[in-house]
Amino acid sequence: MNFLSNLISGLSLGSIYALIALGYTMVYGIAKMLNFAHGDIIMVGAFATIVFINNLGLPMIVGVLLSVVVCVVVGVLVERIAYKPLRSSPPLSVLITAIGVSYFLQSLAQVIFGTNQKNFPKFIEITPVHINELTIKGESIVTMTVTFSLMVALSLFISKTKIGKAMRAVSEDKQAAELMGISVNKTITITFAIGSALASVAGSFYGLTYGFIGPYSGSMPGIKAFVAAVFGGIGSIPGAMLGGILLGIIENLAKAYVSTELSDAIVFGVLIVVLLVKPTGLLGKKTNEKV
Amino acid sequence: MALRHKASRKMVSLPTRAIIPEGDVDKRPILETHHLGIDFGGLTAVDDLTLAVGPTEICGLIGPNGAGKTTVFNLLTSVYQPTRGTILIDGYDTKGKTSAQVNKLGIARTFQNIRLFSNMSVIDNVKIGLHNNVRTNILSSFTHSFGYSNVEKVAEQRARELLSFFGMDNLRNTQAGALPYGAQRRLEIVRALATNPGILLLDEPAAGMNPSETVELMENIRRIRDTFQIAVMLIEHDMNLVMGICEGICVLNYGKIIAKGTPDEIKANPKVIEAYLGKKAGN
Repeated sequence: MNFLSNLISGLSLGSIYALIALGYTMVYGIAKMLNFAHGDIIMVGAFATIVFINNLGLPMIVGVLLSVVVCVVVGVLVERIAYKPLRSSPPLSVLITAIGVSYFLQSLAQVIFGTNQKNFPKFIEITPVHINELTIKGESIVTMTVTFSLMVALSLFISKTKIGKAMRAVSEDKQAAELMGISVNKTITITFAIGSALASVAGSFYGLTYGFIGPYSGSMPGIKAFVAAVFGGIGSIPGAMLGGILLGIIENLAKAYVSTELSDAIVFGVLIVVLLVKPTGLLGKKTNEKV
Repeated sequence: MALRHKASRKMVSLPTRAIIPEGDVDKRPILETHHLGIDFGGLTAVDDLTLAVGPTEICGLIGPNGAGKTTVFNLLTSVYQPTRGTILIDGYDTKGKTSAQVNKLGIARTFQNIRLFSNMSVIDNVKIGLHNNVRTNILSSFTHSFGYSNVEKVAEQRARELLSFFGMDNLRNTQAGALPYGAQRRLEIVRALATNPGILLLDEPAAGMNPSETVELMENIRRIRDTFQIAVMLIEHDMNLVMGICEGICVLNYGKIIAKGTPDEIKANPKVIEAYLGKKAGN
């Protein structure tokens, strides 16, 4: 029973990683860049939620939704100001810029909120569910319900809608898509908006899970979500979901059965092993270069 | 056609060649270039290219390998921005426009090496082409995504009509990359047609086809022109195809036009023969 409850909290943590990983993988798939500032969008979202709920006293749902709006605006602005001018620059310049944006967001948060961690509002109070001896925390249930619904909605959006199809087309062949009348710039903007919205929701649930948020709170889940995206096969949307969930489970089980200190080492160790066996990640596609 | 970026519409001259399809006489050309040129570093790839294509004309762009034919297509579709000269599509200047914007002005193309969205289904490839004609915004995209909106139905119907035109409706749910070669070539044409162009550019449409497939392709090109009433401009090395269906031919060598005219004029032109076969010895 203990194992099962560890598994479930791992699943809950993993679904948060999956939401963040989706942002990494979509941006990589469509703009062919690694947005290392993506983790800090989580922090922006969590702080926004704190401000809206604690300081302005808004209802929980309104606070979380407004923080999504804030993150979308920040994400799109970052893309427009920092990445768009570098669209045709070498990938290394874009990567360095992304790291710069990451530090910028962290420092900005320090200036505004100070360096100390802030308490995150317990915006959902649900009594734990007991099934025999198994106890599932209320937050876990809400987290999993929301994240899984978002993932289903995103999958439908990508596969069924016109904009989703445009996104897939751009990720396959930018130039051909452009010649079909799809604006690549607009598609990239939409991708950043969706990724940031998901990161904001992830930020709120991350805060709920751990209870504190500081200016650096985004970097560790950001890195882990990036690992999850690579683990599942970067560029692949189901891969990001699977990678995130597996990572959360591995991390939680390692904490429970091996050691808390070593859990991160185990997570990254698993990544190394997976990449040695399957360099494209679990669901990654092999790209055949034509010779 | 709704134009998002209204370009200055220029007064233009009529097609410069003597022979144009009868229906196109006295009509504004769909495509015009004036003294078009592009340099890559010190290399002049295309220079002083002036031509006009009538609104329902089938015309050919031929020339030896490396003559700059595909570069011309890339200029026309704004993949490259020209160093010199002007391109007018339906009278609108394409200067500074993106490929997506010139596509909306009415130009569509296929590629020398097939560039389908090979992980997507056949019908989704066509729907991507329909992108321009079916207008939705991100919000309605969300609200309708589960109810299967009217817009989506219209796109589905139009895509199936276009596929049926090439006898491909039964293949609509196949993954594009899994189609046989000939079908992939046809799908690329359908996808380009789906953007509702005024002129269709075909880059070596008969490459890799056997003689009977080429004959079918020739019929299809004529059928496209007659049904959709659009112009077709093609790059092709298969002279039977070019001489068989083109009303006007433009010969390019070293980035410059060396001859323009009807198929018979081109066949008899000594400059063309020289470009393809070299000079007579001992002259």
